[in-house]
Amino acid sequence: MTRRVLMKGNEAIAEAAIAAGCDAYFGYPITPQAELLEWMARRMPELGRAFVQAESELGAINMALGAAATGARVLVSSSSPGISLMGEGMSYMAGSELPVVVVNVMRGGPGLGSIQPSQSDYFQATKGHGHGDYRVPVLAPSAIAEAIDLVPTAFEIAERYRTPVMILADGIMGQAMEPVEPRFRTLPPPAPDWALTGARGRPPRVVHSLHLQPEDLEAHNRDLQAKFRAIEAAETRWAEEGVADAEVAIVAYGTAARVARTAMARAREAGMKVGLFRPISLWPFPSAALRDLALRLRAILVVELSAGQMVEDVRLAVEGRAPVLFHGRTGGMVPTPDEVVAALRRGFVVTDPSFDAETDPLGLICAAGGRR
Amino acid sequence: MAIAVADKVASPAWSPLLIATDRCKGCELCIAACPPAVLALDTGVVNRLGYHPIRLLDAARCTSCARCARVCPDAVFTIFAAPRVATHREAGR
Amino acid sequence: MTATTKPPVATAAPRLIYERPELLAEESTHYCPGCGHGVVHRLVAEVLGELGLGPRTIAVVGVGCAVFAYDYLRVDFCEAPHGRAPAVATGIRRVRPDAFVLTYQGDGDMAAIGTAEIVHAAARGELITAVFVNNGVYGMTGGQMAPTTLLGQRTTSTPGGREAALHGCPLPITEMLALLPGVAYAARGSVVDPVAIGRTKAYLKKACEVQLAGAGFAIVEVISTCPVGWGMTPRESIDWLRDAVAEVYPPGVLVDRTKTVPVVPAPATPASEG
Repeated sequence: MTRRVLMKGNEAIAEAAIAAGCDAYFGYPITPQAELLEWMARRMPELGRAFVQAESELGAINMALGAAATGARVLVSSSSPGISLMGEGMSYMAGSELPVVVVNVMRGGPGLGSIQPSQSDYFQATKGHGHGDYRVPVLAPSAIAEAIDLVPTAFEIAERYRTPVMILADGIMGQAMEPVEPRFRTLPPPAPDWALTGARGRPPRVVHSLHLQPEDLEAHNRDLQAKFRAIEAAETRWAEEGVADAEVAIVAYGTAARVARTAMARAREAGMKVGLFRPISLWPFPSAALRDLALRLRAILVVELSAGQMVEDVRLAVEGRAPVLFHGRTGGMVPTPDEVVAALRRGFVVTDPSFDAETDPLGLICAAGGRR
Repeated sequence: MAIAVADKVASPAWSPLLIATDRCKGCELCIAACPPAVLALDTGVVNRLGYHPIRLLDAARCTSCARCARVCPDAVFTIFAAPRVATHREAGR
Repeated sequence: MTATTKPPVATAAPRLIYERPELLAEESTHYCPGCGHGVVHRLVAEVLGELGLGPRTIAVVGVGCAVFAYDYLRVDFCEAPHGRAPAVATGIRRVRPDAFVLTYQGDGDMAAIGTAEIVHAAARGELITAVFVNNGVYGMTGGQMAPTTLLGQRTTSTPGGREAALHGCPLPITEMLALLPGVAYAARGSVVDPVAIGRTKAYLKKACEVQLAGAGFAIVEVISTCPVGWGMTPRESIDWLRDAVAEVYPPGVLVDRTKTVPVVPAPATPASEG
């Protein structure tokens, strides 16, 4: 029997990065990811690798920028308010085309919010953090074992395309302990030909994002956009469970997907044909696959630990082929499987001939725009 | 012991200053720094940057002290000193 | 020597006393006439060249008029966001123990938006050499007040002159940094005249040697001119530098701990060095 160890999510992510050849870690303490920093504080010096607890997340992301510019493999981690501080750095790294993996262990917001888990940074992760025309690949594990596998994948994507990559986790995943097989993937060391290593025997190199002439900056942006199209073509990831005969599908990622999976099981027991569509790459979003699935569905229920952020991308992808319902909790509250089942029932009410608007007013939401 | 310096006037083939006039911005900091005051803007010329570049007025009075080169923000000066004549001691006298 | 020995032949050709340093690019700079950046760039090029550091240097430039320093200094360069150069340099330093790391920042970059980054890099005793060009104004953005603008000085954001009650007093950032044990060397030079420029070069050279010796963080501030930002001719700006700026920011060595500095651990060697 394969040996399994109990690992906390934050620590598992850290160890996965170490196994993948992470040369440097920069971070700042913030709940709920402090254990990741503490794990790195102990392990990186043991291995003779770089570790700095920076003066702030602003310092950390800029240290990452510098280290990445020299061709090192770099990890940074933080949680929501700290990720906000990294917005500037993300834009600069995207513009300078630097590979860095950033882990966001999401907590409740906005502002100081809470230290409880959330998924309310979806917009931040997939639509921006910083200024300018750029996208950043975002990977969303839903279990610690998956997180362990996605960390080296994130480094690979970052280095293959010269881009920052974000791993979007949440406080539950960071803090929970799960038995995992300690099979950590190793990666060959990075060997970029663009890195700053000292201009010995070659012309000097410059890593920069400033292109003052508009023609130059437009050309640069065109190149960046071509890169994003290439990432969309090759790095879209998702998982489907129970969709073959599903009439309603839950779309959820991360911890919400685990709740959804339990809800799906309970719904099936109650006779509802429910499936689960789980995006793993939030950008690029698996729009095409979801659009195809929506053709066969009576309704889609999006479940998030937020006021509704991914649901907008789901509606865009589905293009009205099926009604899209939403169930979410904010502030660090986590939806329960029973809440999700109740929301599913509303999805089924759309085509239930015994639907009575008087007794189930929420069903009106489904009836509008419903099919059949 | 004395070091005899070649007579600059008698050897006009070299100049103590080589000036990259295309890089000069006419800031006049070298004029302010020059002890024998042998530098001036060449008002008859406008370089490709749009400035009157600096000009050496009197090579004979330039001592190759290089103060102009030290203060110049645009590194326009290359400084030469006179060919060196042997000292009395070196000449064995 | 006998009378029959022929005297040694003197040099027939003129002797080269000074030329543009090799690490300074030939192209004309975008700096205004009389701008002190040109002098500091040249001194950095001279010092790096004389110490043979060109092939090893990874420099970090901040945002300001000198954002294009990488076009003029022939070494590897990383552009940093405004104020972040010391953090970017820290990242470089920690993964490239063999590199020579130099930062080049203006007064807004270091003493306003970047105050946290420089203080903590200095506090950590990072083995980097920081070049700080202080011309008391934000040149690139049109001459606004800087943290180091003098009281009474008119700028485009203090049109009536800087007032302590409204705008605070000039920030003695290098004096503040000199308090920190991690700072092995802190000096202030000036571009006011050839002698001061010569001293500034010596400070820069020492600051580089401090890094090479692994003694700690080194910073050289250079009080410099911004003729256009100050609304003066270049020669007038030299007078202002001598008469006004040097009173508030006097040149000299602020601290030299190289003989008594505590042992600083060597930076970590990356295991997967490419």
